[in-house]
Amino acid sequence: MSDSSSQPSSNKPPHAGVRFMEWLDARFPATETWEYHLSKYYAPKNHNFWYLMGWIATVVLVNQLLTGIWLTMSYVPDGVNAFASVEYIMRDVEYGWLLRYLHSTGASAFFVVVYLHMFRGMMYGSYQKPRELIWLIGMAIFVVLMAEGFFGYLLPWGNMSFWGAQVIVSLVGAIPVIGPDMMEWVRGDFLMSDITLNRFFALHVVALPLVLVMLVFVHFVALHHVGSNNPDGIEIKDHKDENGVPLDGLPFWPYTVTHDIHATVIFLFIFCAVVFFAPEMGGYFLEKPNFEVANPLKTPEHIAPVWYYTPFYAMLRAVTYPLLGVDAKFWGFVVMAGAIVVPALLPWLDRSPVKSIRYKGNWSKWMLGLFVVAFFILGYLGTVTPSTWATILSQVCTLIYFAYFVLMPWYTRIEKTKPVPDRVTSL
Amino acid sequence: MRQKLASLSLQLLLAVAASLVFAGANAAGGSNYPMEAFDADLEDLPSLQNGYRLYANYCLGCHSLKYQRYERTADDLQIPHEVALEQLVFTGQLIGGLMTTAMDPNKAKEWFGAPPPDLTMVTRVRGPEWVYNYLKTFYVDETRPFGVNNKVFPNVGMPHALLELQGVQREGCLQVPEIAANGGERRDPLVAGQTITHEQCGLLYVEEGTGLYSAEEYDAAMYDLTNFLHYVAEPSRLQRQRTGVYVLLFLIILGVFTYLLNREFWKGVH
Ligand code: HEC
Ligand code: HEM
Repeated sequence: MSDSSSQPSSNKPPHAGVRFMEWLDARFPATETWEYHLSKYYAPKNHNFWYLMGWIATVVLVNQLLTGIWLTMSYVPDGVNAFASVEYIMRDVEYGWLLRYLHSTGASAFFVVVYLHMFRGMMYGSYQKPRELIWLIGMAIFVVLMAEGFFGYLLPWGNMSFWGAQVIVSLVGAIPVIGPDMMEWVRGDFLMSDITLNRFFALHVVALPLVLVMLVFVHFVALHHVGSNNPDGIEIKDHKDENGVPLDGLPFWPYTVTHDIHATVIFLFIFCAVVFFAPEMGGYFLEKPNFEVANPLKTPEHIAPVWYYTPFYAMLRAVTYPLLGVDAKFWGFVVMAGAIVVPALLPWLDRSPVKSIRYKGNWSKWMLGLFVVAFFILGYLGTVTPSTWATILSQVCTLIYFAYFVLMPWYTRIEKTKPVPDRVTSL
Repeated sequence: MRQKLASLSLQLLLAVAASLVFAGANAAGGSNYPMEAFDADLEDLPSLQNGYRLYANYCLGCHSLKYQRYERTADDLQIPHEVALEQLVFTGQLIGGLMTTAMDPNKAKEWFGAPPPDLTMVTRVRGPEWVYNYLKTFYVDETRPFGVNNKVFPNVGMPHALLELQGVQREGCLQVPEIAANGGERRDPLVAGQTITHEQCGLLYVEEGTGLYSAEEYDAAMYDLTNFLHYVAEPSRLQRQRTGVYVLLFLIILGVFTYLLNREFWKGVH
C-alpha cells in the first residue's frame, strides 16, 4: 500500500480526498500549481475595469477556438463550394447560424478587448521594467491576431473576402525587385484562387491558432513570474507582511476570480446582444458585399477592410509620394507595418521615472490623448472612399500616431512628474 | 409583440452605439433616387406566402435561390409539403432540394447581357429597401433592349417581369400639390377646395387600366415579395431574435447571482 498508511502518528486514516491529492502531488505539481498561480498568487487590490480585459480576451479566445472547431466540421475549403458551405451552415446545420455569428462577432470582440487591453498597458506603463517581456509577447500576440483575422476573412469566399485579400496581397507585389515573384509565392498562383484559399485555411485553422495559444501561455507564465502592475504603477511586492504576503495584494483565488466571473457575465450580455440582434453591426462586423460570392470580374464599389484594420489601412493610404524611385504603395506598406510593430519599442522609448499616467506630466497626458483621437479618426478614415481632405487628415493623424512614439524619449524626460505614493490608492 | 419590442429597442441601442463609434455610413452606391422606406415583418405569414407565390411564378425561372431549400421554406412559411410540391416546386425537383433554376447561365448571359444573379441574399447585399424600390420603379424606356429602364438600377439588363401586374409605367411630368409650411397641401385662397400645384418632372405614373393590379395592390404585392426575399436572405432571423431574448434574460439573472457571489467574497475587503 502507500507510504502514508505506514505513518502511525494518527489513529484516524486521512480522508480519501487528501490521500488522492497526496498521490497526485507525488506525480504532478497539482497543489503547487494551484497555489503558485491561484490561491497564493497576489494581485493588487486596486485593479480596476481595465484589468478585466486580459481575462475577457481569454474568454473570447476560447470562444473562437470552440466555435471555430465546430464551423470547420461543415465548412468546405474549396473555391467552388466554400461560399455555399457557409450558407449551408447558416441554414441547414442545427444552430449553425449561432456558431457562425459567435465566431464572426467574436473576431470583432477580440479586437475591441485587445485594443482596450493594450491601451491599459500604455496608460499605466505596464510595458516598463520588469514587464517588458509580457509586453513583447503581447505584441507578438497582436501581430499573429491580425494575421489570423486576415486569413480567416478569406474563408467565406465572399466578394469582399476576395478583393480585400487581393488588395493586401498585392502590397507584397509593390516590394522592389522581388515583389512580383514574392506575391505569386504568397498566393501560390497567378491570381487569388483555390490554392490561396487552401493555404489560408491551413494557416487560419491550424498554424496560427497553435501559435496564438502558445503565445498566450507564455504571456501568462511571464506575467505570473513578475506579477501584475496596477493603476498606480507601483510594485506591491515592495511591501510585504511577515509571511511574505504583499500588503496591497489579494489572492487571485477567490478575489480576482469572483470579479472575473461577474465581468464575464456582463461581457457576455453585450456580446450576445450583438450576436442575436445585430450580427452584421450595420455592415461593420459582416460587410455587405461579402454576402455575394467571390467574383474576380466584379470589383466591389468600395473596398474597405473590417473595422479593426481600418486605422492601419488609413495609414497605408496616407502615403501618396513615391520615394527613391519606388512606388508610393510600397512606402505605404512600410508605414502600415511600422505602425503595427512600433508599440513594441515602448519599454525603451519611455524614459519616465514613473509608470502610471496618474503621476506622469502633462506632456504624456496630452500625447496619449492625441494618440487616441488620431487612432479613432484614422479608424474612421479607413472606412471611407479616399478624397483630398481625407488623405490630408489621415496624413496628419499618421504623423500624430508616430509622434507619440518617436517623441516619447524626449517628453517623458523633460516633463515634471508627480510624487508616487508608497502604497496603492483607491481605484 | 413583446419580443419584437425588446429586439427593436435593443437594435436601436446598438445602432446608436455603433453610429457613435463609426460616424460614417456605408455608401449605398448607384442612383440617388429618393427611396421609399421598407419595414419588413417576418411574422406576417400571409405576406410571406404571397411573396413566395409571386417569386415562384415570376422570378424563379430566371433567378435561383440556390442556397435555400424548398422544404425549409415551406416549413417556415407553414405551407404543407403537398401544396408546395404541387404549386411551388419545379417539376422533377425534390422538396429537400435547393431552389435552383433550370436556366443555362451561358445562354442567359447571351440573352440579357448579364446572367440573372442568384437572389438568395440580395437583401443582405443591397438592403430590402433597395429591392422594394427596384421592383416598383421599372418604367418605359424605348432606348433599352427590353424597352424598360429602372430608377434605382439605371440601365438594368432585366425585363419588367411584373409588367402584367403593374401595367405600363412611364416617366413624365405631373402636376403635384404644393406643400404648405404646416405640412398640408396648399389651397388656393380664391377658389374654394382648389389645391395649388406645380409641375414636377421625372415622376413615375402607371397608365390607367394596363395592369391587373391597382397601384395599391401592386405596392402590397411588392411589399410581400420583398418581405419574402428578406426572409430567404436569413431564414433563421426570427429564431435568432427569439432565442436572443431568452439568452439575455438568462444572463441578467445569472448576473444577479454572480454579483451576489462577488459581494459575498469581497465583504471583508477594504
Ligand atoms: C427574364 C429573366 C428575369 C426574370 C423573370 C426576372 N429577372 Fe431579375 N434580373 C434578370 C437579369 C438578367 C438581371 C441582371 C441585370 C443586370 O445586372 O443588369 C436581373 C437583376 C435583378 C435584380 C438585381 C440584382 C443585383 O443585385 O444586381 C433583382 C433584385 C431582381 N432581378 C429581382 C427580380 C425579381 C424579384 C423577379 C421576379 C419578379 C425577377 N427579378 C425576374 C432577369 C430576370
Ligand atoms: C489573446 C490575446 C491576449 C490575452 C488572452 C491576454 C491575456 C492577459 C491576461 C489574462 C492578463 C492579466 C490580466 C490583465 O492584466 O488584464 C494580461 C496582462 C497583460 N497583457 Fe495581455 N493578453 C492578450 C494580448 C495582449 C497584447 C496584444 C498585449 C500588448 C501588446 C498584452 C500585454 C499585456 C501586459 C503588458 C499585461 C500586464 C499588464 C499589467 O500588469 O498592468 N496582452 N494579458
